[in-house]
Amino acid sequence: MNVVVCVKHVPDPNAPVEIQDNRIKRTGVQNVLDPGDMYGIEAGLLLREALGGEVTVISMGPVQAVEAIKRALSMGADRGVMISDDALTGADSLVTARVLAAAIRRAGFDLVIAGVESTDGYTGTMPSSLAEFLGLPQVTFAKRLSASASSVTVDRQTASGYHVVECSLPALVTVTAGVNEPRYPSFKGIMAAKKKPLEHLTLDHLGMSAADAEVEQEIVQISAVDERKSGTRVANDEAAARIADLLAEAKAI
Amino acid sequence: MPEVWVYAEVTHAGVVDTTALELLTRARSLGADVAAVVLGPGASRAAGTLGDYGASRVYLSDDDVFGDFVAQPATKALDQLVTEHSPEMLMFATNYDSRDIAGRLSAKTGATLMSNATGVSGLDRAQTAISGGSLMVDVVLRGSPKIVLVRPKSFAAEAMGGVAEVINVEARIPDELRQARRRERQEQDAAGPNLEDAGIVIAGGRGLQAPDNFKLLDRLAGLLDDCAVGATRAVVDAGWVPYAYQIGQTGKTVKPGVYIAAGISGATQHLVGMKGAKRIVAINKDGDAPIFEVADLGVVGDAVKVLEQLIEEVKRRKGQT
Repeated sequence: MNVVVCVKHVPDPNAPVEIQDNRIKRTGVQNVLDPGDMYGIEAGLLLREALGGEVTVISMGPVQAVEAIKRALSMGADRGVMISDDALTGADSLVTARVLAAAIRRAGFDLVIAGVESTDGYTGTMPSSLAEFLGLPQVTFAKRLSASASSVTVDRQTASGYHVVECSLPALVTVTAGVNEPRYPSFKGIMAAKKKPLEHLTLDHLGMSAADAEVEQEIVQISAVDERKSGTRVANDEAAARIADLLAEAKAI
Repeated sequence: MPEVWVYAEVTHAGVVDTTALELLTRARSLGADVAAVVLGPGASRAAGTLGDYGASRVYLSDDDVFGDFVAQPATKALDQLVTEHSPEMLMFATNYDSRDIAGRLSAKTGATLMSNATGVSGLDRAQTAISGGSLMVDVVLRGSPKIVLVRPKSFAAEAMGGVAEVINVEARIPDELRQARRRERQEQDAAGPNLEDAGIVIAGGRGLQAPDNFKLLDRLAGLLDDCAVGATRAVVDAGWVPYAYQIGQTGKTVKPGVYIAAGISGATQHLVGMKGAKRIVAINKDGDAPIFEVADLGVVGDAVKVLEQLIEEVKRRKGQT
């Protein structure tokens, strides 16, 4: 089972979002491997351990985003593919899917895994677009995942429960937090990662040009919204009475 | 006249997802002809409702293929319809199946896609709230069609009493698009009123410290009229309660009269799902937690203790002690 896992380097979700030139600021801020992607990496590693094969980690972003791939390699992934190109600055999820599809086609695979959505942009449509570009069936929102050499079976989350979906390979799956317990990189893993194959690609290598990276939408303004004002704080001994007053006002008591 | 289409999800019983009615209501105000697309078992029975909310035409198919297989058949049918009729904009709600289909259709047609919209102000313009709702991003979309994925409850649904012309769509779905098959459907019913419609919502987070303490929320909800219980992603991921409880970016969007956040710090992922509440009460040990920035009433303290006191207070007012 050869698995390709898509990962993203994102601004630290625990720090406030910074905006620069109408975009999320990605340079000069602390970036980390998207915490949601760790579940995808772990899913890939578990499948390799059960069925053999290799785990390839792939990412698109500024050159320093290769750190996200290195983190995945130190967790145990076998090889990395990093796509960087100045023409990709400001790429949206459609462009990202188009570029990743071109790179994944070169890599060869049985299964592509991604997180449900990134922690920074959270559009959540990149994996579906990627599946369409690759001509693959998709099963998103996996909260449980098992596989044989020819198919995957997924418990796919729904608004009111889950569906059991069975899908032939090759396919694309997105995983939720909770699908597994991601491992931490060991010291041995961190040392071994330095010797693993890591390919750096540009649009040129993929036979693509700036025209393929054109984005058909533009942010024209970002404005502050009238924030909800934080209200009053009450001491613990009056809390119950004050909350009950609010509930009575809303006719809940 | 330009056309705006709304993709509607439907149950086997023919009940249209409320989000589609919200989108139809908004679409009516854009100065375009409004149509709806509804695919899968139950579609025919949904046509009346879709007309009532403003669709002048409904493209539909009751074929099982759209319910049995994930995303690919619906993408194929929509692509054919779009090629034939060239709508200017397609609106989807940020629901599980809709989001998958919108993403595929964007790749298939090359149409630009905007996700997480909270406003649509024209045929080429939409807005989205970021940073937990503190910043509004205004976006211009180019090309045709444009795809917009809209967060639930961004607009109020209002019927207008119209009747839609029904156009049956023939489903010619090849075998290669019948790969991801739904084998089994498991529903987990939460007790009490529907979380999304409840007048009062009490939600719990990590600050409750143990799954057992979640029962306090159920006990309080049982004492109140029209009250439902929700949770943060952190406690759902930890397995304390089923996913149906989750409020936030991935999860449900609620707009109750009163929202009580017990032991919730207020991550952006949670805030976007509940900031529309009329009144917000926050109970949390950490006085610097972001939840206090949106709370009308803040209590810095142990959520478990405050909930216990509140249960006694409510009982007292109801004359139960």
